[in-house]
Amino acid sequence: MTNFVTFTVIGIVVGATYAIAASGLVLTYATSNVFNMAHGAVGMFMTFLYWEVSVNQGWPVWVALPFVLGIAAPAMGLLLERVMMRRLTQADVTISLVVTVGLLVALIGVAQTIWPPAGRNIEQFFNGDAVSFGIVRVSAHQFITMGVALAVAFGLYVLLNRTRIGTAMRAVVDNRELLALHGARPNLLSGLAWALGSSLAALAGILLAPQLTLDYTTLTFLVVSAYAAAMVGRLKSLPKTFVGAIVLGLLINYATWAYISLPKSVLTSDFGQVIYGVKNSLPTIFLLLVMLALPQEKLRIGRISGTKLPKLPSWPVALAWSAVFIVGTYLLTGQFGDANNSRFGQAMCLPLIMLSLVLLVGYGGDVSLMQLSFVGMGVLVAARGFTIPGTGIGFHPQVSVLSIVTAFLLTAMIGAIVAVPALRLRGLYIGLGTLALAAAIDRIVFNTKLLGFGNEGSTVNANRPGWLQSEQSFAMAVVVAFVVMGLMVLSIRRGKYGRILLATRDSQAACATLGFSTTITRVAVFAVSAGLAGVAGVFFAGEHISVSTYDVFFFKSLPLLLFATVFGVTSISGVLVGGLVYGLIGYAPTTVGNLASVVLLLGILLLGGNPNGLVGLIFEQARKVPLPWRRGGLPVEAEPYPTHNPARSALEAPVGTA
Amino acid sequence: MTGRTNALDVIDLTAGYGRIEVLHSVSFSVPVGAVVALLGPNGAGKTTTLNCISGVLSPTSGHVHLNGHHVNGAAADKLARAGLCTIPEGRGIFPNLTVTENVSLFAFASQTSPKDIEERTFTQFPRLQERRSQLAGKLSGGEQQMLAMARALSSDPAMLLLDELSMGLAPKIVEDLYEIVADIGRQGISVLVVEQFARRALAVAQLGIVMVQGRITAVGEPADIYDELSAAYLGGAA
Ligand SMILES: Nc1ncnc2c1ncn2[C@@H]1O[C@H](COP(=O)(O)OP(=O)(O)OP(=O)(O)O)[C@@H](O)[C@H]1O
Ligand SMILES: [Mg+2]
Repeated sequence: MTNFVTFTVIGIVVGATYAIAASGLVLTYATSNVFNMAHGAVGMFMTFLYWEVSVNQGWPVWVALPFVLGIAAPAMGLLLERVMMRRLTQADVTISLVVTVGLLVALIGVAQTIWPPAGRNIEQFFNGDAVSFGIVRVSAHQFITMGVALAVAFGLYVLLNRTRIGTAMRAVVDNRELLALHGARPNLLSGLAWALGSSLAALAGILLAPQLTLDYTTLTFLVVSAYAAAMVGRLKSLPKTFVGAIVLGLLINYATWAYISLPKSVLTSDFGQVIYGVKNSLPTIFLLLVMLALPQEKLRIGRISGTKLPKLPSWPVALAWSAVFIVGTYLLTGQFGDANNSRFGQAMCLPLIMLSLVLLVGYGGDVSLMQLSFVGMGVLVAARGFTIPGTGIGFHPQVSVLSIVTAFLLTAMIGAIVAVPALRLRGLYIGLGTLALAAAIDRIVFNTKLLGFGNEGSTVNANRPGWLQSEQSFAMAVVVAFVVMGLMVLSIRRGKYGRILLATRDSQAACATLGFSTTITRVAVFAVSAGLAGVAGVFFAGEHISVSTYDVFFFKSLPLLLFATVFGVTSISGVLVGGLVYGLIGYAPTTVGNLASVVLLLGILLLGGNPNGLVGLIFEQARKVPLPWRRGGLPVEAEPYPTHNPARSALEAPVGTA
Repeated sequence: MTGRTNALDVIDLTAGYGRIEVLHSVSFSVPVGAVVALLGPNGAGKTTTLNCISGVLSPTSGHVHLNGHHVNGAAADKLARAGLCTIPEGRGIFPNLTVTENVSLFAFASQTSPKDIEERTFTQFPRLQERRSQLAGKLSGGEQQMLAMARALSSDPAMLLLDELSMGLAPKIVEDLYEIVADIGRQGISVLVVEQFARRALAVAQLGIVMVQGRITAVGEPADIYDELSAAYLGGAA
């Protein structure tokens, strides 16, 4: 009984913090149509700031708290709205997802630079003083948390439903321009919402922090629980969001209770690790279930993203560049020593992984934040081998044709299984869903001895085949794999299948009316893309020889997508450059690496979300340079579809009809 | 300017999207308290003209004067607070707010209290009163357009711009809506109404303007511009 009451109280308290974070998320989403993946990162950053002023600088709480919640957090929200979110209200969800993921990565980078890793703690309010109620003790901090959540709930309800400024905030999403035509200042309203949203994120972070050590990713991803709660309210309804948050808080704590009551023999067994993973994945599993329970998103009619894709290289050009690239890297690696060849090979693994994103994101217009999970599965195939129990059929743990084919088939299959439910969703939801799944796979599969690597931080080893033992030869193997897989991706794009893919990307509704099944297309793309990532995983294992769970940590899928997008996820050359830059930054001093993400974020903003990326932009400009062998030197613009051009139709009309 | 100022003067207005010029040196005026109809075929540039006036689009050259004040480059929200009210093409409502919220949202712009505004609106539009707590997006097309007008009036504008009032509506409803426009005109509010289907608009207007391919081709009393209109719609050169 005591246990039940205790876990219930803690559950409600934890749920209350989720509710606070989730309501900030709902508020910003409802007023700007941008789902802020970085909501938790904002909370994380502000919690560190709070630590800085209250612990490091020793300000009293009653100064530090108003400073962070009333000045710093709103200022950050206003800034974000001004420079970033305002441009995204009309943007494609994929773009706003990538940009806010970029913000997330950048905020973590900045936080790591200002506050290098160290053990930091935030004290509970009133030093954890507690009051006893018969059998349970409730600390002052827990009381405050619950009280604050209630106040937030009530305050937001009144603001949005009972005040004119709140009504106007809701009207901003409906029709920004119309609101301006009636004399309201839409920018001011969404600025206010973002200021309030960041304050709520900060508040949730500060309330949660005493229960954890202050850590960049833990706090950032604690909002997965907030996402789950917000999803219960369909990102709109605040009351439902609060209910979702409390239910989730209780669920997590009852699960903890059940877990610690398990017999010790189970807990310490290999299977116990899996159970532990499941317990820790409850918020993500909850998120997935809630999303799948939502009614299927309706096809949006007439939404044409209209992104111009870069011009495709012709076969001779593509083959010529491939040859140049292979010969060039061969000559170069001949000059490098072993150490540099190993670095180069490891860096080349990233473009290889990113190829799978070209197909899925660049051509297909979908998003996946779990690509590294497929890589991790490929690593496991290469490092653990594969045998069908009892038959002796299978292969040794080694990089081989067999392991490559197995990795492809296995990850493609898993990809398809994942895709069937996930692709009922689109854009935002599929991004969130894949992220949640990746986090769950990390805990339930990778971090267990039974299915994956072993405890968090454990490593597995892969062997290279005899003829690819040297660093140069394996680095070249990665290069050749990149070229071969790149050409495969290109041939998919050039074929009939590629055109269907592009059509699906541009308008699902139009495709559906033409009788294509967009679902089959998208599932197939997701599966092939997962398969490519799995194959990349085999090469990754061979190149690194020893791979740890940290190498495939789900969070790393985010910078992967980010680098690919900034440099151009719609072209092979884009991911080659993006992947290499990402890979090589790993060898730069930590600060440079941490701050690179900030530069990237600025890059995205300057590109205005153009998915062809930097490389695409450079090619576009280069094509305009008149070269002697280019007749006329007029810019050729790639047009994926013939668009109606009145001027041209007039010119082409038969003479005499004009 | 000599004599009485007009509610609106558009002088040599040129505007376009990107490199394409849509309006070529357009000039016309709306006298204070008059209902003026701006007519023309699809793609003539009527909506573009309204966008320039309401501050949504900035013209490449030319001037817009409201009540004699030069307003080029002023932001839409600022013009709106100064008494210019626009009901844009398509339904000018907020679908996820209730009818009442839609009506009282802009009460801050006027001196009247929100309660009085609701009161006044619902006496004028009894249909809306029955549906006051319904989401506006769930209203029928005609009711939505009615709501847009109701809301426009609630802000006590000095001038009203209406774009394609009749789009997609049954003749009977269009009839009702134009009754309201005529009413608004009688209250002394200047109105510029854009229409493709000219007859209805001309019945309530004191002045008609015909626009074809970004140029004004005729201005005059409703009775005098019918010829020009039929020429514009049939595509022949007048
Ligand atoms: N946002 C835009 N970008 C580019 N061109 C535009 C845009 N809006 C309108 N145009 C073009 O400008 C021209 C005039 O359009 P406008 O909307 O002003 O016409 P309209 O007279 O209102 O027509 P309708 O009666 O069909 O509403 C058209 O040729 C149209 O294609
Ligand atoms: Mg129009």
